[in-house]
Amino acid sequence: MCLKMLQHHIQKQSLVQNHSVSLRVNDQTGTKKGYTFIQANRGWLPKFFMLWVLMVAFFSMLLFEGMDAENKVRRKDFLISMCDQRARMLQDQFSVSVNHVHALAILVSTFHYIKNPSAIDQETFAEYTARTAFERPLMSGVAYAQRVLDSEREKFERENGWIIKTMDTEPSPVRDEYAPVIFSQETVSYIGSLDMMSGEEDRENILRARATGKAVLTSPFRLLGSHHLGVVLTIPVYKSKLPPKPTVAERIEATGGYLGGAFDVESLVENLLGQLAGNQAILVNVYDITNSSEPLIMYGHQNQDGDMSLVHESKLDFGDPFRKHEMKCRYLQKAPIPWTALTTAFLFFVIGLLVGYILYGAAIHIVKVEDDFHEMQELKVRAEAADVAKSQFLATVSHEIRTPMNGILGMLALLLSTELSSTQRDYTQTAQACGKALITLINEVLDRAKVEARKLELEAFPFHVRSILDEVLSLFSEKSRKKGIELAVFVSNKVPEFVIGDPGRFRQIITNLVGNSVKFTERGHIFVKVHLAGQSNGNTNVKDETFLNGGSEEGAKSDTEQYRTLSGFRAADERNCWDSFRHLVADEDSQPNSSVVDMMAANDASEDVTLMVCVEDTGIGIPFSAQHRVFTPFMQADSSTSRHYGGTGIGLSISKCLVELMHGQINFVSRPKIGSTFSFTAVFGRYKKKASLDRSKSKSEELPIAFGGLKAVVVDEKPVRAAVTQYHLRRLGIVSEVATSIKSVFGMSGKNGSTIPGNNTQPDMILVEKDYWVSGEHGSAIGQLLDLRQNGHVLKFPRLILLATNISDDEFDKAKAAGFSDTVIMKPLRASMIAACLQQVGVGMKKQAGKDAPNDSGVPIKSLLCGKKILVVDDNIVNRRVAAGALKKFGANVECAASGATALKLLQIPHSFDACFMDIQMPEMDGFEATRQIRKMESQVNEQQMVNGGSTIDGTAKRSEWHMPILAMTADVIHATYEVCLKCGMDGYVSKPFEEENLYEAVAKFFESKLKPVSDS
Amino acid sequence: MLGLGADRLRADMNRLLALLFHQGVLDEQFLQLQQLQDESTPNFVSEVVNIYFHESEKLLKNLRSILMDKEFSDYKKMGIHLNQMMGSSSSIGAKRVSNVCIAFRAASEQHNRAGCLRALELLEHEYCYLKNKLHELFQIEQQRILAAGVRYPMHM
Repeated sequence: MCLKMLQHHIQKQSLVQNHSVSLRVNDQTGTKKGYTFIQANRGWLPKFFMLWVLMVAFFSMLLFEGMDAENKVRRKDFLISMCDQRARMLQDQFSVSVNHVHALAILVSTFHYIKNPSAIDQETFAEYTARTAFERPLMSGVAYAQRVLDSEREKFERENGWIIKTMDTEPSPVRDEYAPVIFSQETVSYIGSLDMMSGEEDRENILRARATGKAVLTSPFRLLGSHHLGVVLTIPVYKSKLPPKPTVAERIEATGGYLGGAFDVESLVENLLGQLAGNQAILVNVYDITNSSEPLIMYGHQNQDGDMSLVHESKLDFGDPFRKHEMKCRYLQKAPIPWTALTTAFLFFVIGLLVGYILYGAAIHIVKVEDDFHEMQELKVRAEAADVAKSQFLATVSHEIRTPMNGILGMLALLLSTELSSTQRDYTQTAQACGKALITLINEVLDRAKVEARKLELEAFPFHVRSILDEVLSLFSEKSRKKGIELAVFVSNKVPEFVIGDPGRFRQIITNLVGNSVKFTERGHIFVKVHLAGQSNGNTNVKDETFLNGGSEEGAKSDTEQYRTLSGFRAADERNCWDSFRHLVADEDSQPNSSVVDMMAANDASEDVTLMVCVEDTGIGIPFSAQHRVFTPFMQADSSTSRHYGGTGIGLSISKCLVELMHGQINFVSRPKIGSTFSFTAVFGRYKKKASLDRSKSKSEELPIAFGGLKAVVVDEKPVRAAVTQYHLRRLGIVSEVATSIKSVFGMSGKNGSTIPGNNTQPDMILVEKDYWVSGEHGSAIGQLLDLRQNGHVLKFPRLILLATNISDDEFDKAKAAGFSDTVIMKPLRASMIAACLQQVGVGMKKQAGKDAPNDSGVPIKSLLCGKKILVVDDNIVNRRVAAGALKKFGANVECAASGATALKLLQIPHSFDACFMDIQMPEMDGFEATRQIRKMESQVNEQQMVNGGSTIDGTAKRSEWHMPILAMTADVIHATYEVCLKCGMDGYVSKPFEEENLYEAVAKFFESKLKPVSDS
Repeated sequence: MLGLGADRLRADMNRLLALLFHQGVLDEQFLQLQQLQDESTPNFVSEVVNIYFHESEKLLKNLRSILMDKEFSDYKKMGIHLNQMMGSSSSIGAKRVSNVCIAFRAASEQHNRAGCLRALELLEHEYCYLKNKLHELFQIEQQRILAAGVRYPMHM
């Protein structure tokens, strides 16, 4: 066993593993097919993100560069334009000054040399130059130096009265040539009489000037007076007019002197720049770049601060072809940080980063969600697999436990059959009871597992509703009687006799509910009510109405009858109390009993019958806190409940499942300490009666109909209980009336009895409720009644019958003494039991043999089969022998046939067999075929009879028609087989090997129904 | 002395029955069969069982001959035999035999010859075991009846 379980376990595990493996395979295929792009490239996501960031950074840099470059271009353009403007202006002003000096040179030439004697002296020159100084704003001053050859020096010195001095104001040494200043502007008067040729630059300048005949410039140097940087401009002055295209020698020869002027470049440029806007922003340097490798600065500082990065050079042309100048402009300040571009680029980067991050985050999220999803899916599949495995495990284990348990139970039964001491017997019986309980539990677990595994299927075949309820009742009658609880069933008349469904499951639900009720109820009642689902709706309306009308009456009566329920105890749900219940009953009373079939015909319109079953108890109820989990498996109201009352709490959940399978609903109303009412609906198929079926046969079912037409009076104060009693009497065909006291009965019967003895209206029996009788107030009335009876006043005095839930010996004696000598019927009431009791006292006048109380099933089957001639058809000799043995044990007269053919021969009409048990599986001719042939034979004979005008052919054929009951014997009890059995004309089936109850059920069905015609004859 | 012997024999019998139940050789059906036995049919069980043995031996012989036939195996016929065997076995409550029959039938339905042969061997084994045990049981019963005078057993 253990090994087996282990094996199972391993199998389960491997199953689960298989599952997960297949799942993984699915996963992989899923990646290939259904997965998103993102999921497929999940590994690349961070790289994508990095790439994106780099890209954004790159683009923002580009953006920045672009904007910055634009800025720079603008800046550069600005610089260029500024620089060029300055250069042009400088150049213009310079050339204006040079022109003027030129003009001055012409003046000196004209008035000093050509005019003789000279019209110019120092004063004239000084005054003229001073007055025209505004024309030469760039020049600090002008002076005129005469060319003096060494040969002429003495003459010159004599004429002028001073000696020629060098620049250092020393008397000039002897040279070839001298150029002493003779005229000078006031501003530069300090150079008067100085030899210009003694200064290196001046001499060079002078030589160059007279050679070219143009204005020439020196390289910049510090000027004598101002110590500013400056250049000296020298223009030759010719004594005579020059020939066109003069040679250098001619020029030198014609040179009379030199006019020179000092350009103070520094102050000149300073002035110039001062006039222009944007002066502060720009740094200007002017260079002499005659010697291109070594530029000489003319203006500005070589090592000045400023933006060295951006320089613009502009060419300057000061009219001296020998010298080259240029202007370099720079910004004073470095280019400002381009905030706009920077901010824009930064924002762009940030936005790009954010977008990237959002996308990345979303992708990561998608991946995560998908991962989670797949994980969940896997978990779900695993959970489902585990659930299936659990159910299978439960089913298997339950099954495995059941097998040895059967052995244990069998052994216990064997043990009980041996001679045991009373203690041993007690032990054994306890063990057997426990074993049975265990089997029940296992069956429940199995059911539950089946329901969960959706393997539970409902069968569908016609069954008798009322007998199912009777069976349930008989199951619990013992327990309820012991506890002193009233157990009652009421089935509404509108509920059809037969419905199509699964009687086993229907019974299981009711058994479960009633079982629970019995378990949890210590006093009061348990009341099972069955009606059509539509009926209750109407009642609730009526109930309100009665409540309004009968309010005062109820208030008055509340002392005597606490609640108008079955036992007088309060119930959780008011629906079953008399106020609403009587309408249900009244409804039915308005319909004559015989018209049930008509009613059914009227209701036939719908295919389905929805039954509503209420199980009401007055037990401990369910605590409100636990009510929501009542239908959860293995949950009882609280843990103490299971300790106290036992049970697993699985029953209700199974019931719920079953009810749902029957397309119904289950619910309950429960009040702690008051009781619970469970009600459920179930949908059944409507059973269409076949024309061939005898109406009376189906109606009476197992109940004898010998009581038809009898009358009874039920004495009971409690209307609900009275209605239940009436219901059972009605089922027996007994017409009943309700009286609330004996007196009224007495009055009724007395009157009837005295006037018209033996009249139909006189009751045949009086049923008195024990509670009513025990209350004792009506003793005298009963006495009176008895007196009447003893006096023989009435010819046929009604039987007095006591109805009791439980009765002690004392009470029983007292009852006998009080006149209930006839009988006591123990509750719970069942129609069959009432019938049995009535037969006992001889109420049913046609007393029949074998109609004792059917509590002991062994007795009736014996009586049913006793003396019957039965044919057993089976090819298997062992089976044949066993079946024959079993039937013989029940008193039947058995004959055997080994094959279908033999059976056919034996059953040639006329024959004397009462029934035939037919094996289905037989070689050559199987049971179905044999049955078909038999039926064919019978119908031929029947037709012949019809032709013969119904007259009997011979003595054995008493019945109007030949119909041999044929029961199939089969080893498998599947209902499909059952249907096939019915189809080929069989009447029922018994499972092989024979079981007593099974056999009884099958046999009783047609033998009982045949009792009537037998007794009639 | 005699009475004591009868009690011991009855205990032996019950023990043997318990063993057979425990091993699953028999099931409740055997008990039912015993219940059918009463004063009017004192030897009902042994009678039925003997018929069963007789039939079964015939069936087993047939089965073996069908299977031993090298050229051809008549699975249909085999199925009929097996059904017979199964029916009678379950009738007397020989549970293990009928279980083996079910396996045998499954094998024959699949035309699995090797499986059939294995099942046949198992079936013969089970059958022999059952036969021995039941014989033992009847022997004890016989002795008990002798020991207890003319008292019939198993009045449940």
